[in-house]
Amino acid sequence: MKLNDEEQDILAGKSGPVALRALQHQLKVGEFFGAEDFVPVTQAHVMADTESLGEAGVRWLEQLAASEGRPRVRVPTITDPRGTDFAKATFLGQTRTMLDLERRAISAFVKLGVTMTDTCINYQTIQAPTRNEHVAFGDTGVVIYSNSVCGARSNFEGGPSALAAGLTGRTPRYGFHLPAQRRATLHVRVDLVPASLNEWGALGATIGRMAGNYWAVPAIEGIGQAPLSDQLKHFGAAMASFGSVALFHLAGLTPEAGRLNDVAPADLPSHRITRADIDGLRDSYRSDGPVDVVVFSAPQLSLFELRDLADLCEGRRFAVPLLAVTSPQVKPDSDRMGYTARIEGAGGTVLSGMCFYQSYAREIAEANNWRRLATNSAKLVNILGGYGYQPILASMEQCVDAAISGKLA
Amino acid sequence: MTGSAKLFRARQAMGDVVRGVALVAYDGFSARYDLDRVRGIFSRSDHKLAGQSYVGKILVLDTAKGGVASAWMLNEMMSRGVAPLGLVFNSVNPILVQGAALAGLPMLAGFDQDITAAIPHGSEVEVDPSIRTLTVLK
Repeated sequence: MKLNDEEQDILAGKSGPVALRALQHQLKVGEFFGAEDFVPVTQAHVMADTESLGEAGVRWLEQLAASEGRPRVRVPTITDPRGTDFAKATFLGQTRTMLDLERRAISAFVKLGVTMTDTCINYQTIQAPTRNEHVAFGDTGVVIYSNSVCGARSNFEGGPSALAAGLTGRTPRYGFHLPAQRRATLHVRVDLVPASLNEWGALGATIGRMAGNYWAVPAIEGIGQAPLSDQLKHFGAAMASFGSVALFHLAGLTPEAGRLNDVAPADLPSHRITRADIDGLRDSYRSDGPVDVVVFSAPQLSLFELRDLADLCEGRRFAVPLLAVTSPQVKPDSDRMGYTARIEGAGGTVLSGMCFYQSYAREIAEANNWRRLATNSAKLVNILGGYGYQPILASMEQCVDAAISGKLA
Repeated sequence: MTGSAKLFRARQAMGDVVRGVALVAYDGFSARYDLDRVRGIFSRSDHKLAGQSYVGKILVLDTAKGGVASAWMLNEMMSRGVAPLGLVFNSVNPILVQGAALAGLPMLAGFDQDITAAIPHGSEVEVDPSIRTLTVLK
């Protein structure tokens, strides 16, 4: 890779050992993908729940933070959800070991100058990137939304790479930093209008499965009206989860696809999606039996989602646990507007700064005997199968009803 | 495929030479979605390798799936000795590459054919990233 003077200085150790290690890591990744050079980034977003890091990852962070020269990030660097809401850890059945690991990770991040936002909806709550802004974002849902809806430029940056980008202020220029990589590779015609967030998720999931890998870019036609941010949040998060997709275009709606042929060559392979496809996806997760827990999470809920949930909780009483997970930025507003009190008044629990699947999902399932889980998040049903759950995809209304009756109608 | 009938050349490579038994399937891979990382087995029930141990094996799979957690998890798995020996994929996403870079896990990707159809499940193979080759030994 071509290195400018500043990068050569970092590589010579003039910016300290941490920046050197960060750049060396970035060089390995950049050379693997044939990047020609680095591109400056303006923001980084680090996924680093301690279930993923483990003791090894936390020790790695602590070593970085304790290195000589007081290493600090060079650009605003924020965090994805943590592995707990400390105030609700006992309710979740999390152990002291898990919480100690979390505290150590947080301490190391703070020493490195990282801003602990603990959110996967930073594009709704912190600062949405702008068109053509090069960023280094983690969390696939954040990347796909930023690339597709905002027109920003990011690859999936896992925790170590996003932190490296924060520490060096740059990232290797490959993948979705390159205009040519952002052209569509498949065309999808949608013959339905999703009616709810779980249907937006199911549609995203179906397209994600169809696209199949990170380098596929779907150009989608048939979405008539401008979707809402929460709808595209579930749509993109599910597409990224099911297909590892990082960018989609909605013809006539998203910034790079004013017209379909702005992004899509004429001879693309073409697919059609009907209501039967998304119903089929939902039905593939359907199973009979009691529901052990209801979870709204992945991505964290916006204030509007919490408002809708609070309305559904009015005058109800839950027989099984209902968890609603949001960001530390939204939670105070939810408290202030009375949404939290209404949800918890019905027997639910509002959690903040974590995400369900990033919070030791296997261990909390064992601690609480949670196996059959109802959610309106297509992303969550995709992830939790590997953690031993039997997840079921349903609407927010159906999930709330299930929390009352203990089963899905 | 070049040279010998048992040698396959990759376009992308990273890490040191390793030899081991190949665990082969036309399926995806995500450390968070697919694995029980405590027991060292594929745990997603609909994964083609469900129930099989991946520890010390060279995984020959189609593509990287899922989220960003693998970027940390490969390193965490290595630290406990519950990791694969090497990764060989038709295509990879940045997360798997970033994770392999942090963990020091050898990796090959990008072949002229479906590598999961070319390598017999259970065969002994050598991954040599320095010359970007995968060789079937027996």
